[in-house]
Amino acid sequence: MVQLVCRKERGRMKYLKQFFIIIAISFIGEVMKEIMPFPVPASIYGMLIMLAALGTGIIKLSQVSDTGDFLIEIMPVMFIPAAAGLLDSWKVLKPVLVPVSVITVVSTVIVMAVSGKVTQFAVRHGKREKDS
Amino acid sequence: MDSFLSSSIFFGVFLSLAGYSAGLFVKKKLKLAIFNPLLIAIIIVIAVLKAADIPYKDYNEGAKYISYLLTPATVCLAIPLYRQIAVLKNNFKAIMAGITAGVLSSMGSVLGMSVLFGLTHEQYVTLLPKSITTAIGMGVSQELGGIVTITVAVIIITGVIGNIITEPVCRLFNITDPVATGIGIGSSAHAVGTARAFEIGETQGAMSSLSIAVSGLVTVIMASVFAGIY
Repeated sequence: MVQLVCRKERGRMKYLKQFFIIIAISFIGEVMKEIMPFPVPASIYGMLIMLAALGTGIIKLSQVSDTGDFLIEIMPVMFIPAAAGLLDSWKVLKPVLVPVSVITVVSTVIVMAVSGKVTQFAVRHGKREKDS
Repeated sequence: MDSFLSSSIFFGVFLSLAGYSAGLFVKKKLKLAIFNPLLIAIIIVIAVLKAADIPYKDYNEGAKYISYLLTPATVCLAIPLYRQIAVLKNNFKAIMAGITAGVLSSMGSVLGMSVLFGLTHEQYVTLLPKSITTAIGMGVSQELGGIVTITVAVIIITGVIGNIITEPVCRLFNITDPVATGIGIGSSAHAVGTARAFEIGETQGAMSSLSIAVSGLVTVIMASVFAGIY
């Protein structure tokens, strides 16, 4: 019975601890952004720190994965406020709408196709080399 | 009623989540790429704000709390990337080649079309960082003397377009390899595309996450070179 209570307690603290680690790394990322002279945002520093911490074993996957997977799952929703903000930038966008729209659509297709194709070619080429 | 919705703290988050849930429902019912949950959610939110005459500022007063989670969520993209670290190690050269090709084709295509449309230098550098994540793109645009508000808008539109066109583009260009799909999505449509990549699969999502960081950093290095061309 006592054990059961303990386990439940630990289970509840699980999310608290995981959220704490994630926010702590986000904060360290912010500090890095402040110190370093590059135009790199806190989130990218944080991502690299998290990867390094997992890679070196300082943080175990199980110490962040439940909360991390939750945040990634709801991530698309986090873009809605910024995208709805296009409502406010409509005035600046309107005069250049045609060229900007064409450039945006065409270049997004080109980039996706080129980077995907180059990667696919190189992946298959690499595999063939290893096999032979 | 309107003034209540304007002052409510939870209305913004509620509307965003409701819009996305509606988007998921429509997507499930009508399996077409154009019925993208994110796009539907954005349209619903804008339509409701317009119809109820709620200023964006008031909506964002509540909705900013989900945007706030964007940094911790991006940090967490390292988690699936770590799970897929073997894939990264095995395909390291291919991945780096793909992302570099993506960055060059992004800035190259913007350059080509800017010349074609006769855009000013200011407009050109505004569009230059369009395929990378917002926070880095804003910095690049500002550094080069671009119009930051337009850069932000274009980056978001790029992400949404990438989120929608993933399936047709991969089918059209016969991109089937999960690593290649992920790199293609992340290099072209940053975090908004990555959200879509995770719906396709964990490998795709992890590779897309990696592309956000790498393409962002490569763009920072290359952008000033491209800015000097036109």
